[in-house]
Amino acid sequence: MDDYVIEMLHITKTFPGIKANDDITLQLRRGEIHALLGENGAGKSTLMSVLFGLYQPDSGEIHKDGKLVKINNPNDANALHIGMVHQHFKLVEVFSVLDNIILGAEDTKFGLLHKEEARKKVEMLSRRYNLMVDPDALVEDISVGMQQRVEILKMLYRDNEILILDEPTAVLTPQEIEELIQIMKGFAAEGKSILFITHKLNEIMAVADRCTVLRKGKYMGTVDIKDTTKEELSRMMVGRDVSFTVDKKASEPGETVLSVRNVTVPSKLHNNNAVKNVSFDVRAGEIVCLAGIEGNGQTEFVQALTGLEKTSGGSITLCGKDITHATIRKRALTGMSHVPEDRHKHGLVLDYTLEENMVLQRYFEPEFQKFGFIRKKKVRSYAQNLIERFDVRSGQGPLTIVRAMSGGNQQKAIVGREIDRGTSLLVAVQPTRGLDVGAIEYIHKQLVDVRDGGGAVLLVSLELEEVMSVSDRILVMYEGEIVGEFDPKQTTVQELGLYMAGARKQPQFADAAYIKKEGGDRQ
Amino acid sequence: MKRRILSGLNTILAALICVFIGLLLGFIILVVFSWSSLASKGDPYTFGKVIEQAWSLGFQRILLGGFYQLNWKIPPGNQALRSEIAKVAPLLLCGLSVGFAFKTGLFNIGAAGQYTIGAFGAYVFALVLGMPWWVCLIASMLFGAVWGAIPGFFKAYFNINEVITSIMFNWIGLYMANTIMYGNGSGVMYNALESKNWKLSIKNPGAIIPDLDVDSSIKFADKSTFVKAFTNPATIGVFIAIAVAIVVFIILNKTVFGYELKACGYSKTAAKYAGINEKRNIILSMAIAGALAGLGAGLYYLTGTEQWNPQENKALPAMGFDGISVALLASSNPIGTIFSAIFKSHIATGGPKMEKTLFPSEIADVISGAIIYLCAFMLLFKNKLAKLLGRLFLSGDAPKGGVK
Repeated sequence: MDDYVIEMLHITKTFPGIKANDDITLQLRRGEIHALLGENGAGKSTLMSVLFGLYQPDSGEIHKDGKLVKINNPNDANALHIGMVHQHFKLVEVFSVLDNIILGAEDTKFGLLHKEEARKKVEMLSRRYNLMVDPDALVEDISVGMQQRVEILKMLYRDNEILILDEPTAVLTPQEIEELIQIMKGFAAEGKSILFITHKLNEIMAVADRCTVLRKGKYMGTVDIKDTTKEELSRMMVGRDVSFTVDKKASEPGETVLSVRNVTVPSKLHNNNAVKNVSFDVRAGEIVCLAGIEGNGQTEFVQALTGLEKTSGGSITLCGKDITHATIRKRALTGMSHVPEDRHKHGLVLDYTLEENMVLQRYFEPEFQKFGFIRKKKVRSYAQNLIERFDVRSGQGPLTIVRAMSGGNQQKAIVGREIDRGTSLLVAVQPTRGLDVGAIEYIHKQLVDVRDGGGAVLLVSLELEEVMSVSDRILVMYEGEIVGEFDPKQTTVQELGLYMAGARKQPQFADAAYIKKEGGDRQ
Repeated sequence: MKRRILSGLNTILAALICVFIGLLLGFIILVVFSWSSLASKGDPYTFGKVIEQAWSLGFQRILLGGFYQLNWKIPPGNQALRSEIAKVAPLLLCGLSVGFAFKTGLFNIGAAGQYTIGAFGAYVFALVLGMPWWVCLIASMLFGAVWGAIPGFFKAYFNINEVITSIMFNWIGLYMANTIMYGNGSGVMYNALESKNWKLSIKNPGAIIPDLDVDSSIKFADKSTFVKAFTNPATIGVFIAIAVAIVVFIILNKTVFGYELKACGYSKTAAKYAGINEKRNIILSMAIAGALAGLGAGLYYLTGTEQWNPQENKALPAMGFDGISVALLASSNPIGTIFSAIFKSHIATGGPKMEKTLFPSEIADVISGAIIYLCAFMLLFKNKLAKLLGRLFLSGDAPKGGVK
């Protein structure tokens, strides 16, 4: 018999209007890395919440070490040595790393905090698992990757044996993902069991031993990773074949739509410029990708391009008009649409309904208003149309409050809204972040359609695979500068990686003044 | 749609529960007072007697408000009702002022100051410039708007919290208005003989909001003072205020302008992303909130029922702060504000009608205070419920297909 440390048997959980988990069985062996795979909204988070005691199942049993257990709340889960790292970290930002780790499990002496023991234990754990953190740094000052380490240390500090990681790689850079994979393998080798939720197939192939697949709340099966392929997993998850390559014709670039010259953007974090002297063109009918490791100036560049922040030098021309100092509205009307990086902060008014969000960039157009009054019927039918075309799933259709929608569907709503505006330039920043393969495939196709329809697309992405498959031209950004320009057909991921890491620089970019001398036209 | 109606019903029910518990608490306090007064007399008494006294000499009168000892025929008989109705207009407008700002993400604690400056503006135009009533009303709005716009400006351009600025502007407004009106006893608006501002009826009767004079045009059987009670200058303001509430409701929910304002209120960053000029909107929101509070003062002081007393009005007018409670009780809904303002005015009128030797009239304030306190709980409770629902839907990723 297998040595199962946790068994969730025939779990069913119903919410008003939906069966989130329908007779799901998940068995976790001791010392294995078990992936839980499913599309957005397949019921992965619900299942984990049941295991962690946040929800009670309607029916089904949970066994720990073969014995029936009842988990009523997260404290029960902790007592059974089950720990969870949530997708959105649960850390007190103004506390130090050490304080966050011991929070809820503090050692006291005569009612006073006694942190020395805790500090020793944390230091021991971080050495042993190679999870280096500064115990005295404030959480708000450390990077997202570091914060995740703090969350993992929190679980280790409580001697948890079963570690649940909810989409742990969604917020990490490729290097951090690599480190996390090594850490996870280390845990498994020590006999700890890891359940990790994801929809990234590559990671599953790289790290997991077995994988349980859910689809629309139903159990699709559990497979051994060594006996399966990416294609098979995605078929189990989505229910049909998914193509990983993007079908597209060769691009036929037309006129220059966007022309960026010597743009410099000051940094908010330090005294240097975040973007230094960046120049490039995007033409109609091509997808240009700005690739790079997170934090190399892409965010700042896009904010300057879209008007959210000011530039300190250079010029931006869109459709022949100088928009360097134009307002956001002016840029939008000149022909720019923008899928923002942070969908909660910028992309959506979370407390508005879906239909109100669908017209966020267009509500003032005559189609949607008359004498200053919103034409609700027009808004409704327009939103209905977008919802159907982009398959945005929600509880109450156009009347759903967007905050209550899943991240993937929020993203689909934004992408749909921006693509449908039909502007000459589409700026898309990580448009597929947090989406499952089915939705990614769809959005990639939409981007290619925009291009084929004569639109220019500037894609900013951290995912090299996406960069390689979607774009017609790749610009690599490193420390605020463009260091290389590539044709995706004639380069490799390895080569791009070298440029992204700053190890190489193409000669024409070595001298930033080059573009100025050439008069700005560089093809 | 069904869910929308349900959630609206939920809000109304929550407010009614607040009101009910608040009233119950008031009644319990009255019972305690009643008990102690009976016990101190030393006479034998029963529990029934305690309750009976608390009800008939106290609680019943609060519930009746302006209707207590109402007599249509004899002139002073409807005085209380008239004053109750007269106070609805300023309460309602202050409530709208606070509620409007809430809806756009701002906390207008400066309604009291805007109200003061609104009254000041009305007086300047009525007593100094001798303008007709409608000009004075517009003036009160404009003065209030300016007083609201200044904290809005600081918020928009320097990110200074509007709560701090508007509290300071409350006091600046109060002392400035008082100093100018008093003018060391010789101010143009100040009547040294009465130690109050001049009565409008003496100085400029044209500044008094006109009487609809219904009972001279409609021949009522006994020249019913009932009609009179609702159409005299003191009460016509209520209808203006209710009309304004409806206009505010339409602006917030039906117009492009309201869409922009609320977008700024919910998410400044997303509004900016959508190309909405969020700085302009913050200033406009505060200016409109100020105009509403100012209009409230205009509607009250231009009735001629009461005069401002620059020497004695050393505390900020309670209207401004009562506006906060009125808005809270109505969850900032402009239509709901109409009812919460009427309720607030009703029990405030009823308080002093209680048997003074037994019950302090402040019990009415205790009741409304308790209701506001409960409102905060109700909001918390409703938010929790909403969050719970959100979590349910988020983790379950909403019903498949749903309403498409």
